[in-house]
Amino acid sequence: MGYKAKFRVYRGDGEQGGLENYEVDVNEGEVVLDIIHRLQATQTPDLAVRWNCKAGKCGSCSAEVNGKPRLLCMTRMSTFDENETITVTPMRAFPVIRDLVTNVSFNYTKARQIPAFAPPTDIKAGDYRMQQIDVERSQEFRKCIECFLCQDTCHVVRDHEENKESFAGPRFFIRAAELDMHPLDARTDRKSFAKAEQGLGMCNITKCCTDVCPEHIKITDNAIIPMKERVVDTKYDPVVFIGKILRRKPRETGKI
Amino acid sequence: MTQIERHSFDVVVMGAGGAGLRAAIEARMMGKSVAIVTKSLLGKAHTVMAEGGAAAAMGNVNSKDNWQVHFVDTMRGGKFLNNYRMAELHAKESPDRVWELETYGALFDRTKDGKISQRNFGGHEYPRLAHVGDRTGLELIRTMQQKIISLQQDDEREFGDGEKFIKVFAECSVQEIFTKDGAVTGCMGYFRETGDFIAFDTAAIVLATGGIGKAYRVTSNSWEYTGDGHALAMRAGGSLVNMEFLQFHPTGMVWPPSVKGILVTESVRGDGGVLKNSEGKRFMFDYVPDVFRKQYAETEEEADRWYTDADNNRRPPELLPRDEVARAINSEVKAGRGTPNGGVYLDIASRLPAEQILKRLPSMYHQFKELADVDITKEAMEVGPTCHYVMGGVETIPDTCASPYVKGLFAAGEVGGGMHGSNRLGGNSLSDLLVFGRRAGLGAAEYLDSRGGAAVAIDEADLQAAVDAALAPLNATDGENPYTIHHDLQTVMGDLVGIIRNADEVKDAIVKLDALKARAKNVSVAGDRVFNPGWHLALDLTNLLLISESVAKAALIREESRGGHTRDDFPTMDPKWRQVNLICKSDGTAVEVTQQPVPTIPTELLSLFDRAELKKYMTEEELTALPEEKN
Ligand SMILES: Cc1cc2nc3c(=O)[nH]c(=O)nc-3n(C[C@H](O)[C@H](O)[C@H](O)COP(=O)(O)OP(=O)(O)OC[C@H]3O[C@@H](n4cnc5c(N)ncnc54)[C@H](O)[C@@H]3O)c2cc1C
Ligand code: SF4
Ligand code: SF4
Ligand code: FES
Repeated sequence: MGYKAKFRVYRGDGEQGGLENYEVDVNEGEVVLDIIHRLQATQTPDLAVRWNCKAGKCGSCSAEVNGKPRLLCMTRMSTFDENETITVTPMRAFPVIRDLVTNVSFNYTKARQIPAFAPPTDIKAGDYRMQQIDVERSQEFRKCIECFLCQDTCHVVRDHEENKESFAGPRFFIRAAELDMHPLDARTDRKSFAKAEQGLGMCNITKCCTDVCPEHIKITDNAIIPMKERVVDTKYDPVVFIGKILRRKPRETGKI
Repeated sequence: MTQIERHSFDVVVMGAGGAGLRAAIEARMMGKSVAIVTKSLLGKAHTVMAEGGAAAAMGNVNSKDNWQVHFVDTMRGGKFLNNYRMAELHAKESPDRVWELETYGALFDRTKDGKISQRNFGGHEYPRLAHVGDRTGLELIRTMQQKIISLQQDDEREFGDGEKFIKVFAECSVQEIFTKDGAVTGCMGYFRETGDFIAFDTAAIVLATGGIGKAYRVTSNSWEYTGDGHALAMRAGGSLVNMEFLQFHPTGMVWPPSVKGILVTESVRGDGGVLKNSEGKRFMFDYVPDVFRKQYAETEEEADRWYTDADNNRRPPELLPRDEVARAINSEVKAGRGTPNGGVYLDIASRLPAEQILKRLPSMYHQFKELADVDITKEAMEVGPTCHYVMGGVETIPDTCASPYVKGLFAAGEVGGGMHGSNRLGGNSLSDLLVFGRRAGLGAAEYLDSRGGAAVAIDEADLQAAVDAALAPLNATDGENPYTIHHDLQTVMGDLVGIIRNADEVKDAIVKLDALKARAKNVSVAGDRVFNPGWHLALDLTNLLLISESVAKAALIREESRGGHTRDDFPTMDPKWRQVNLICKSDGTAVEVTQQPVPTIPTELLSLFDRAELKKYMTEEELTALPEEKN
């Protein structure tokens, strides 16, 4: 059932480059990354692409397929029409290094700017006690594979280089939320930090980030919106309420 | 001369997986400056893919668990070839290493009383794997990345420079390690992004480069696993141990072809999944070997009762160590009882309610749905063996992870050898990374203290020679395509040094590997140095070939079957061979294998086993030398 597919792939670096056309074999069950690899092995050995796990676990193979931010290893060829020309381009929000590979250092810089987990001073290693129901909210965000597709799609930075300085992006809003909801994190200023330092206020809840997340993390509903709340009263949040009875974390009184 | 970026650090850690990051944390806490060098971006190392969990005898789910039981399980799984001291340290220290991660911010799944939850896994007597759904490796690596950021933030506050003590060099591949008078002086590599060269003057290098799976086509491993650390250690004068032992994980995906080999976590079986052949039979009951007879159920009823009452029933045979299960699947398929795509069925759909499957195995659900269009809550998966893990690795002194041959060279994680003997238990790798990553960081720091602060520098001529060698494939014209050679190498290893081996085939492989080595000298690649995967592969091929030769040569010499080494011309385990480790050394051109005695297990550790069990592994003389049984 193999066929020849028509591909257009971006070739070039940040300064110059363009789309090049290829015809390439496709076999049953393949994903776009397989086709890129076939191009490397048979037609153009210097075609640059990142990948590691081929199973949607490492978040390396992010790019745009027909303009949509996608993991190449999780985009099945069977989702396209056999006559369709498939266009593969690098993530638009980040500077191109070569072909499909972009410079994603923006994200690593933002990661370094969030104050780290602050361990409770009165609990020894081995004595941490937390209820499953309490850790689950943060665990959702810790599923993040750092593919940065949400960062790529967010309109605040997608075509606005100038916003990058003051905007951390959805990936790091969920990091902030994760720490905010961590039952034992000793810091109490996660929300105000997100607002004052991470540019949370620039997000206008379009939900595009949630739509592209391959881990199906509800970035907007479960992280951004709760983080934007002015004052959080534990009563309004039954899940947190139950958990925090056991070990009440002093809540931030949002003033911003 | 080509421009080379030059740096100087106390310690260079090669690898940013669990082992490398843990080593870096420890070395930094000991006050050393550390460079972390990794071929991928930070957070993408293999560790991120680990699913099932990290084994540590915390006794949270079954309080009978303790380090002694973990030690016994590990030795039994490795068929007594493990370095006993490593297995002992590992069993004793794993709980502390897991708990420590919580202080870095890790969020493991919890038990009802709020402790870290633990799950069952093959070969572990009690539920022992700390886990986060089926994405434990992601939790581990992210937690340690975040700990590193936390240390950098401290340094920023204190010294105004977050990279003063820990600096990450991402997408940077180390090509050569330099020594002088048997001691490390530095290493060189190149940035994948730009092709620019970089050199580190350093007295201590921690190898944490992971495995060698890319020598095989059907593998759960990524492009990174080209055995770089293994090869560099040998080229620097170090040695490898146990290279004949490869773990073929019993359950890799077999369909569609493009994902053949991708892992299906053992947690599927730990959580109740069973293996069936095309006749619908749960065939594992037919494959329980004598050495394990006592611990495994004989009927489906008993096996099923075990999930709810583990104290009064024996374990299901689906949870035998991996080598046993992989061979069983291989036999069923060979006997014509396989699935249409050449695997067997792994069924969780009929064993657990759909919502439980979604909760416990979310990424497996996701993986099959997206990649194979199979809904594992409704249908069985098709699975078969895939090359997964190399037990063999750099020979080190257990307490310090130091090479006995090269001063300043350390190794931890999958690139290390000895800990797992002839077969690794699931979950014992993630804990290994933590225990020995930390010890390697400590070992390096102590070594630096002991040698004093004398400066080291790479010999300039050596450096230039390494750069020239790296540029050769780009300068050559009309040579062979590296992809072709890699493809041929995988064919040789898969067909001739695979899961079942024999003397004729392995000899044939050694001849063919020689021919491939000659061809590899003649590769040429198109394009320039900027992110050029063809060039990267050409360079990695040298390492892969040297490692494949080690595997093949050791496999030919070991005339018995044990753990991850099965010879159909010597189908049984031979107690004489249990006393022998095979050691590989190389000058970079060819590999030489020598025999070395396995360290003697001290009496207090041996007394953890009953004599009847030891009889299965030991020679008459060893048994006579044993003290009388205490009980
Ligand atoms: C799919 C899968 C599932 C698994 N599940 C489990 C599990 O549930 N439990 C368990 O215990 N084990 C599991 N394992 C095994 C375990 O994940 C690995 O053995 C372990 O993560 C290896 O860690 P490491 O730190 O040694 O190396 P890795 O995490 O592989 O890191 C290697 C690092 O070295 C770098 N490197 C390599 N060569 C060079 C070079 N030349 N220059 C610079 N850097 C280099 C790489 O870039 C990378 O950063 C699994 C493995 C796989 C593949
Ligand atoms: S919801 Fe906010 S963060 Fe997400 S894409 Fe829209 S603006 Fe960006
Ligand atoms: S939140 Fe989702 S889309 Fe964003 S980086 Fe993480 S996994 Fe990718
Ligand atoms: S290669 Fe890992 S997510 Fe695609």
